[in-house]
Amino acid sequence: MSASAQEINNLINQEYKQGFVTELETDTFPPGLDDSVIHKLSKIKNEPEFMLEYRLKAFRHWQTLKSPEWAFVNFDPIDYQSISYYSAPKRKEDGPKSLDEIDPQVLEAYKKLGIPLDEQERLAGIAVDAVFDSVSVATTFKGKLKDVGVIFCPISEALRDHPDLIKQYLGSVVPHTDNYFAALNAAVFTDGSFVYIPKGVRCPMELSTYFRINAANTGQFERTLIIADEGSHVSYLEGCTAPMRDENQLHAAVVELIAMKDAVIKYSTVQNWYPGDKNGLGGIYNFVTKRADCRGDNSKVSWTQVETGSAITWKYPSCILTGDNAVGEFYSVALTNNYQQADTGTKMIHIGKNTRSTIVSKGISAGKAQNTYRGLVKVLKSAENARNYTQCDSLLVGDQCGAHTFPYIEVKQPSAQVEHEATTSKISEDQLFFCQQRGLSAEDAVSMIVNGFCKEVFKELPMEFAVEAQALLGLSLEGSVG
Amino acid sequence: MLSIKNLHVSVGDKPILKGINLEINDGEIHAIMGPNGSGKSTLSHILSGKSGYTVTEGSVTYQGKDLLEMPPEIRAREGVFLAFQYPVEIPGVSNIYLLKAALNSIRKHHGQSEVDAMDFLTLVKGKVRLLEMDEKFLYRAVNEGFSGGEKKRNEILQMAILEPKLCILDETDSGLDIDALKIVSEGVNSLRSPDRSFVMVTHYQRLLDYIKPDFVHVLANGQIVKSGGAELALELEEKGYSWLEDAQAAA
Ligand SMILES: Nc1ncnc2c1ncn2[C@@H]1O[C@H](COP(=O)(O)OP(=O)(O)OP(=O)(O)O)[C@@H](O)[C@H]1O
Ligand SMILES: [Mg+2]
Repeated sequence: MSASAQEINNLINQEYKQGFVTELETDTFPPGLDDSVIHKLSKIKNEPEFMLEYRLKAFRHWQTLKSPEWAFVNFDPIDYQSISYYSAPKRKEDGPKSLDEIDPQVLEAYKKLGIPLDEQERLAGIAVDAVFDSVSVATTFKGKLKDVGVIFCPISEALRDHPDLIKQYLGSVVPHTDNYFAALNAAVFTDGSFVYIPKGVRCPMELSTYFRINAANTGQFERTLIIADEGSHVSYLEGCTAPMRDENQLHAAVVELIAMKDAVIKYSTVQNWYPGDKNGLGGIYNFVTKRADCRGDNSKVSWTQVETGSAITWKYPSCILTGDNAVGEFYSVALTNNYQQADTGTKMIHIGKNTRSTIVSKGISAGKAQNTYRGLVKVLKSAENARNYTQCDSLLVGDQCGAHTFPYIEVKQPSAQVEHEATTSKISEDQLFFCQQRGLSAEDAVSMIVNGFCKEVFKELPMEFAVEAQALLGLSLEGSVG
Repeated sequence: MLSIKNLHVSVGDKPILKGINLEINDGEIHAIMGPNGSGKSTLSHILSGKSGYTVTEGSVTYQGKDLLEMPPEIRAREGVFLAFQYPVEIPGVSNIYLLKAALNSIRKHHGQSEVDAMDFLTLVKGKVRLLEMDEKFLYRAVNEGFSGGEKKRNEILQMAILEPKLCILDETDSGLDIDALKIVSEGVNSLRSPDRSFVMVTHYQRLLDYIKPDFVHVLANGQIVKSGGAELALELEEKGYSWLEDAQAAA
């Protein structure tokens, strides 16, 4: 017989393939957070003095804040004193890293994740910065990129080597006072990527960062900063995975993008943090502040995200459309299964004239999961002829999950045009039976319908990653057939 | 091909089919007629494996195997095809994608390799022409925004491409205009072959003018109350069903 409602629920049991742990010697701080930890962190990273001051200022501010409660997510309070703020594979000494110096276990881990780092095997056409717990362990194609003037390096290295760019741009889009997690991140961030594309340069390859959490009982505080100077062009992708553990782990990131006049940044995320088990035990808390400033006229930032992992996802990649004719885009697929929770969306702030924004959000809920779209479109008085188009679709798989949509619209400029469309649909038993009657298994049918639902977003991803994202979605929905 | 013996089916506590007996041999066309609510779609669903029904008695054998034991996708791969009375829409999934996935799953079941992309296109375009459809339908989402008649024609397109052994057509003629009925009938006729059988559920004689059945059965109140040749349909057209239902009640 075909799948009944109950069986549809069983269809979506997760299998997480990146849940392994790499055993290695590490330098790890004992749990706890106070001034001395921040001093130690800044020291171990060999940072300039101004960074330590920045961190301490942020820490003071964070101590005055309370954990926010407005999102549609549920979790026990986090004990910030019980986690470690730094963990890295042990290295013999500081100084420039060559591949020989990296723990072979770490290289092996990346290989297993499909990201070989060695010269011969590394991915063609994609430069990778590999961040393992609190440090970047390798960055490929750095030299080749440098030849065209592109800086692509771990942010901890940029703090030392490019202090002027850091001073000018770090915190200029997401100040340390922005929100609770941004303040915490500013105080304790450990690594992430730094990208600078000089004037008029079209970055010759895709840039990417692969974030891996490995150590137990640690928080990962990612910091990424991308600056696209006038007329430049860059496509960047991040991927994330973590071991399966019964305890929740925190990943609190801040990502800042700056696009100058005529610059284009395409930022894609395939987020596959460990989502927790079938019963909601364990998984990553993914609390992220991502924001782009389209500072120059005619600049464009396009966010594309495929979020399938994490126990809780809480993020709103946003665009401040400052320049005239600036364009902001947000394409999102968020899939929640079992007990996963996602509260995600975007903010589009129209400041410049003729600014345009497009939001396409596809939320998929299965199992007992909750999926929320929260978006703000704000048109300031100055934004003459601003336009926004928002499309927000939710798909329910089974009958125990939830989808919620909170679109906020604030328009202060009468010539603005803001359009919003929303739909909620459900994979019906009749659809599944129809597909089965044509010879497809129920699993393939669900995966086909879900992929069809996400098509508009997938076409925004770089080719290689679109394929990966589709496979990931299929995997996340994999399970028993009734 | 198909042998239905004393089949009783209920939904919840409610008996719907109450002892159906039907033998269908290779190459035969059987028309099933009968009043609304008599159980025609239920029979189609039971044969194709839809959930929500309970078989309380009886058996169905298909090509020597117990059909009721097979999951619906296996039945499909073994050649059972249902053209739905109410085809569903699948937003985002293009017709051609579904067709290819369906064809490949059937081929795989029979140990064949995936269909070559070029061969597939040639095959599909040929069938599109046969059914006088616009090629654009191939690239539209399955049945989304299709008119009632277009949906029905799309069902027959799928049937023509998947080349099943047992074709069950549940009121394919309802909703088709006069020209479309003719085209679809010709499509069905082109699929007639000595090793392919048809079960056609219909309310109207005019379909049977185009596709001449070998047998006509009248289903009333969950039972086959009368069987005959093509001429029975003409008699029904004239007299309606009440005389048969009265006889059933008296029995
Ligand atoms: N899921 C269900 N729950 C309750 N009753 C049902 C269900 N499915 C079918 N029935 C009932 O079973 C009877 C037979 O329905 P069926 O759809 O098979 O009729 P049909 O002969 O195809 O009718 P029509 O000519 O109108 O298409 C009807 O009385 C119908 O209401
Ligand atoms: Mg019916």
